[in-house]
Amino acid sequence: MKKRGSLLVLFMSLVLLLSGCSSITVLDPKGPAARTLSDTILFSIAMMAGVLLVVYVLYVVFLVKYRGSKTKDDYMPPHEEGNKWLEAIWITIPIIIVAVLSVVTVQSTGAVEKVAAGYEDQKPLVIYASSSNWKWHFSYPEEGIETVNYLNIPVNRPIELRLYSFGPITSLWIPQLAGQKYAMSDMVNTLNLVADEQGSYLGRNSNFSGQGTAHMEFETLAMSPKEYGKWVDEVKTTASKLDETEFKTLLSTSYVGRKTFSSTHLSFSPAPGDHSDHMKHTDMENGNKEHQENKAEHPVPANPEETKFDAIPNVNPNEPLPQSPAEDSTEDIDHTSHKGK
Amino acid sequence: MKWDEFFVTGEPMIYGAMASIVLVTIAIIVGLTYFKKWGYLWREWLTTVDHKRIGVMYIISALIMLFRGGVDAMLMRAQTAVPENKLLDAQHYNEIFTTHGLIMILFMAMPFIIGIMNVVVPLQIGARDVAFPRLNAISFWLFFTGAMLLNLSFVIGGSPDAGWSAYFPLASLEFSPTVGNNYYSLALQISGIGTLLTGINFIVTILKMRAPGMKLMRMPMFTWSSLITSVIIAFAFPVLTVALALMMFDRIFGSQFFTMSNGGMDMLWANLFWVWGHPEVYIVILPAFGIYSEIIATFSKKNLYGYTSMVVSMVVISLLSFLVWAHHFYTMGQGAMVNGFFSITTMAISVPTGVKIFNWLFTMRKGKITFTTPMLYSLAFIPIFTIGGVTGVMLAMASADYQYHNTMFLVAHFHYVLIPGTVFAVIAGFHYWFPKVFGFKLNERLGKHAFWWIAISFNVTFFPLFFLGLQGMTRRMYTYSAETGFGPLNLISFAGALGLAFGFIILVYNIYYSIRYSPRETDGDPWDARTLEWATSSPIPAYNFAVTPNVKGRDALWSAKHDNQPIFDGKIEPIHLPSNSGKPVILGGVFFVFGFALVFSWWIPAIISGIAILIVLASMSFDRDHGITVSVEEIMETEKKLRGETL
Repeated sequence: MKKRGSLLVLFMSLVLLLSGCSSITVLDPKGPAARTLSDTILFSIAMMAGVLLVVYVLYVVFLVKYRGSKTKDDYMPPHEEGNKWLEAIWITIPIIIVAVLSVVTVQSTGAVEKVAAGYEDQKPLVIYASSSNWKWHFSYPEEGIETVNYLNIPVNRPIELRLYSFGPITSLWIPQLAGQKYAMSDMVNTLNLVADEQGSYLGRNSNFSGQGTAHMEFETLAMSPKEYGKWVDEVKTTASKLDETEFKTLLSTSYVGRKTFSSTHLSFSPAPGDHSDHMKHTDMENGNKEHQENKAEHPVPANPEETKFDAIPNVNPNEPLPQSPAEDSTEDIDHTSHKGK
Repeated sequence: MKWDEFFVTGEPMIYGAMASIVLVTIAIIVGLTYFKKWGYLWREWLTTVDHKRIGVMYIISALIMLFRGGVDAMLMRAQTAVPENKLLDAQHYNEIFTTHGLIMILFMAMPFIIGIMNVVVPLQIGARDVAFPRLNAISFWLFFTGAMLLNLSFVIGGSPDAGWSAYFPLASLEFSPTVGNNYYSLALQISGIGTLLTGINFIVTILKMRAPGMKLMRMPMFTWSSLITSVIIAFAFPVLTVALALMMFDRIFGSQFFTMSNGGMDMLWANLFWVWGHPEVYIVILPAFGIYSEIIATFSKKNLYGYTSMVVSMVVISLLSFLVWAHHFYTMGQGAMVNGFFSITTMAISVPTGVKIFNWLFTMRKGKITFTTPMLYSLAFIPIFTIGGVTGVMLAMASADYQYHNTMFLVAHFHYVLIPGTVFAVIAGFHYWFPKVFGFKLNERLGKHAFWWIAISFNVTFFPLFFLGLQGMTRRMYTYSAETGFGPLNLISFAGALGLAFGFIILVYNIYYSIRYSPRETDGDPWDARTLEWATSSPIPAYNFAVTPNVKGRDALWSAKHDNQPIFDGKIEPIHLPSNSGKPVILGGVFFVFGFALVFSWWIPAIISGIAILIVLASMSFDRDHGITVSVEEIMETEKKLRGETL
């Protein structure tokens, strides 16, 4: 039974290693949400190591002490029904452990679902992140720009990612910034994150969505607000616009590299409505076959303001941004014109 | 449909599989004809309603499926052993991890458990057979039909490729246009009906067929676990039946339950799947706990510590198992409140599970532990499963799960639960009850070799995956780049997988070796065990017990041996047994045609075979079968032959 003992030593040393090791992405957070999660994980590992220790000590002691080869031949093990005090101990202590972990869980879950503490007074930067086979589209309605397969964000500013999918369920995960959340075709999920250190962080789709899942990686570049503003300006002046035809082509292409546009797809293909609204829509502008056939029945809303906004890029980042229709409220994103049908 | 769409083409491995299927089929047919065994096969096995033989057929099928699923696993580990590997392409890899999951859970773990339940439960409660022997045969043949249907998908039409959880809309016709997921819905449906019938059968058997004096709180722990499992089956499987039916409608009849348009809701599938899927985990793990309880008590030479709390904890686990399903998708966006609720219910399961761990440990305290092969597996289970358990608690914390979900950390966790929990248990049970069924033990030396290979290699294979998960490697990735740094740990894991494969090869060689060389037992009780199944002779006569046992306490055989309380105090009387029937296997065959035709939407054969199913069922209802009666002389003669003496 030497193996069990060494397994324990191995596990303990790995646990110690974990806490000091920075090559482990999940435990190397670069933002408050990921830091909360990293702390939670390390706390639970410490607690669970205690549990393992108790079980392993009892296990080794009993196996060494009561092996048949050590006892006398005529030794007859006693009949034991159980012991209510011992049983009470190993019911009560686990309940206490679970209670402690429950409190930690509820607190940390609540914390990472909200805008991180200390950033509540800032207006979050809303970015729509949508997936299609097999790429990520990032639409910045405030700036009126869109990227494919890369995400640039300013540091120390709360980011509100609004996730949805043009196909199978995907899960957007940037381990060093925040935990993951699903992107689905019939509702929008919100993922709050802040990067508090400049740098490049790998993001990926962690939920299996077909053949190209393994390739759905993207770079998240956290840059200073100044650089970010410069980048936005540059995109607006140099990148081409994203029109509906091009977007449809983009959706149907399996693999594309990075792309940059000076307008978003939200104007002609808005995000799905909130979930309560789900049963009312019979359709979403999501590029699936069904929709294409129903196109005539559900004309795309032609909002003159949108066109105006798209036509005049906002050159100066310090000027107040024109309100994008998609950012207004969910009501606007809804297929208002569809409802009339 | 063109023939090159019908058969899967273009992969050398698949041509190899086709060739081997054809060759094995020819070999079986030629072998049976040459040795004139067709009649034997039909009379003794295909038409049998004897619970022991049905159990043996379940276990043989499960072993074959273990190797099919194991080959899938080896291919997966080989593909990911080095970065940018070209062994498999994405589609092939996706099919393989899907079938690996389906086969291991539904066609390996479940039938292995049900096989052991079939062999052991009626013996442990002193019954002659299960309550509905013919229904039991139907259960087996429906399971077997489902298993064959799913395996056929590999060469005909294409395997399911949307993961074993088949999340919509990925599994819908739009994103998975091959017939693979049609196979999924039909193969699982057919074998699921079989499982549901088994659940009902065992509830009735355990509640109604116990020998005199076998009160509920005197039942051996394995029988208790089987009862609770059967109740879970009866409540969980109808959900799967409904979910699969809706899936079939979506895929074959064009309905829109889970699709992206017309009000379809992909999240509904995920909920239905896991409302069945989480109790399913306990369906395969509770009987395993029962097996360990028997083995640890036997080889510690002590009664099970805390019997009552063992029973209560299993009941609590079974109730909680229906209240935790949403922990499979904390990341779906249902909010902090809902996630908090499911976190707490999930962590609560660790309390009764912990009670069981401590009870096993204290069963060994003051015992006299002997290290036989079944005991070694049970001993390895405790420390390894505890790692699986504590990582389960870590995963249960919703916030932390945002970082573990869909990663290799999760993969490591559930293998740390299911392999020591279920696989070690069925192997332990296989070694433990083998002499009961066949009358000789498996070789201990080879058994221990296999054990050390399997136990050590298991840890080498799966421990690195915890770290890969924390480094950001997600599950179901068919490849990764060298810069990710995932390479070295994956290579270690592949080395472990090779060791596991070698261990299983020794295990199978041990079966062959023991059949040839193992000394035959003269006694029905080779392990000096405690429960009723060891009170009859080995191999077991068709009627199980010549005289109905009279039970006076827990561990009936142990008291009989040590406190001089005879179990068999009645006299021999004629025994009534059910007669064999060919209808269950025919029903299985008709279901196969029905399922296959539906997979390809061949309506005429589907309608004909659908009607044929109803005809076979109706003809069973009108059977006037009074069974057979074994006379006292026959019993005396059998007993003399088995025990080498008269009673």
